[in-house]
Amino acid sequence: MTDTATSGPRSVGAPSRTSASRTLLARVRDVRLQGWLFVLPALVAYGLFVLWPIVKTFKYSLYSWDGVAPAQWVGLDNYKTVFTDHDLVGALEHAFKLIIYFSGIPVVLGLIVASIMRRVATPRLGSAARTVLFLPQVVPLVAAGIAWSWVLSTTGVVNQALSALGLGGVTRAWLGDFGTALPAVGLIGAWVLLGLCTVLLLAGMSKIDPQLYEAAQLDGAGPVREFFSITLPSLRHEIGVCVTVTVIAALSAFDIVYISTRGGPGDASMVPGLLIYQLAFFNREVGLASALAVVLMLLVLACVLPIQWLTRRGDES
Amino acid sequence: MSATRRNAWTGAALLAVLMVATLLPFASLFTTSLHESGTYPRGLDWPSHPHWHNFVEAFHVANMGAIFKSSVLIVIGVVPVTVLIATMAGFAIGGLRIRGGQLVFLLFLLGLTLPFEGVIVPLYYEVRGMGLLNTRWAIILPLIGLFMPFGVFWMRAHFLNMPNELSEAARVDGASTWQLFWSVHVPLARPAVVSLGILTTVWTWNQFLLAIVLVDDPTKRTMAGALGAFQGQWGTNIPLLSAGSLLILTPMIVVFFVFQRHFVAALLQGSLKG
Repeated sequence: MTDTATSGPRSVGAPSRTSASRTLLARVRDVRLQGWLFVLPALVAYGLFVLWPIVKTFKYSLYSWDGVAPAQWVGLDNYKTVFTDHDLVGALEHAFKLIIYFSGIPVVLGLIVASIMRRVATPRLGSAARTVLFLPQVVPLVAAGIAWSWVLSTTGVVNQALSALGLGGVTRAWLGDFGTALPAVGLIGAWVLLGLCTVLLLAGMSKIDPQLYEAAQLDGAGPVREFFSITLPSLRHEIGVCVTVTVIAALSAFDIVYISTRGGPGDASMVPGLLIYQLAFFNREVGLASALAVVLMLLVLACVLPIQWLTRRGDES
Repeated sequence: MSATRRNAWTGAALLAVLMVATLLPFASLFTTSLHESGTYPRGLDWPSHPHWHNFVEAFHVANMGAIFKSSVLIVIGVVPVTVLIATMAGFAIGGLRIRGGQLVFLLFLLGLTLPFEGVIVPLYYEVRGMGLLNTRWAIILPLIGLFMPFGVFWMRAHFLNMPNELSEAARVDGASTWQLFWSVHVPLARPAVVSLGILTTVWTWNQFLLAIVLVDDPTKRTMAGALGAFQGQWGTNIPLLSAGSLLILTPMIVVFFVFQRHFVAALLQGSLKG
């Protein structure tokens, strides 16, 4: 990443071309002011629909408000509830558990799949697999949720296959079972994100210098050794991107959960995103919903910034 | 069999299994959608008499024509404006290097990881205050703002890599800032602009949260939002729901196959730069 390097003002015009360069410099200054007019529309849209709402979320979080009657100032009480109430803490815990499925599976499996595509698969099989695995990225998550609800239902494909294998005893409504609802939601997320991670990692692998592998082979390194000493370190940046994108997807999961379980059974698969929606628009606890929203936003930052720092260190020079 | 060949076979087998697992939900939706409306078929079961008519019925009951039109209108409202103002801002920050540009850029970066749930509550009251609730503007205007962090980030990266000599030459020729932007830089920015356009189109089309919170009428929502309403209404009629879901996800799959190269490249660069 070179684009994140800081940009000082570039030197403009050679000092030897006296009068011409002076007017040019004056005009460049003028341009810097005009430039603000170019930023303005984006800034207005961003301020109106992102920055201002963030400020408002924070403000609401300090009040008890049902959305209709005058709001009551309650200080940090809503935050206390977020961190002590059983349901809210549970939702936050679920968000972290989803990271295992949304990030862990796609990154690990993506590394394996990408290695296979590069090293052993025929080009045709490789490109077919790439296209197919990428498909879930394109369809609305809502459609993915509906399809998977059906696949995981009592009469769905999964149970059909289990019965055929003589495992009829373990069949169940996977999304309706207290023990399996959250992992089932997690698997849907893994299904969606595997293709993206695979393609990202594949792009990273194509940038590794083949000579590194040749040298390793001369030294007698096997495929496993090669993977851990060359492939993995070279992919640090790409892995960082995969983890960042998937962690954000896990913490802010909404569409899939809304469609496949609505947080149920009970609260077994409730996540912060869905709980914010329910608290604000159905329970009319706008203040509490906003406090949870603030916590969620900070949580995402708290997870993403260290990942970025770890995987980008030394990249910018 | 040599070790390499065995490896090749194991690898190919794993890829095949994953491909089947990826396609399975679509296949299950498809066979189910061909069963008699209102029945409760098994997951993967080709019917003896395929009911192709389910697709026609789903099209009618879901008012698919209106939903499709609505999604297109929302995309038309969001994408050109998003791309234009993000390109302008990216040009000012990355190309013109305006004073204070770094600070503005940091401000935009702040929103890059924002979960939409973080702002959905105030957005609801804000949009209601503007009198826009239950109109397509309720989705269009906030989405433009929410796409700004990525849009500006994306276009800034492009302009940062453009040689400064280009602008200087145009300046010497007496070009105004707008001419410099519109006649010199925008044509050169085409690949970045196209990628941003594709990405924001998909993100708009698939946007769910804003649609269900800010618009009650499914025929004024995005495709994804309308599908949510369809599930609520027809959730118990599995074959019809499957047919409706397939109809709704088909346009994006078609777009994907037509623009596959652009698409993968855009998503790839998009997340790599993000």
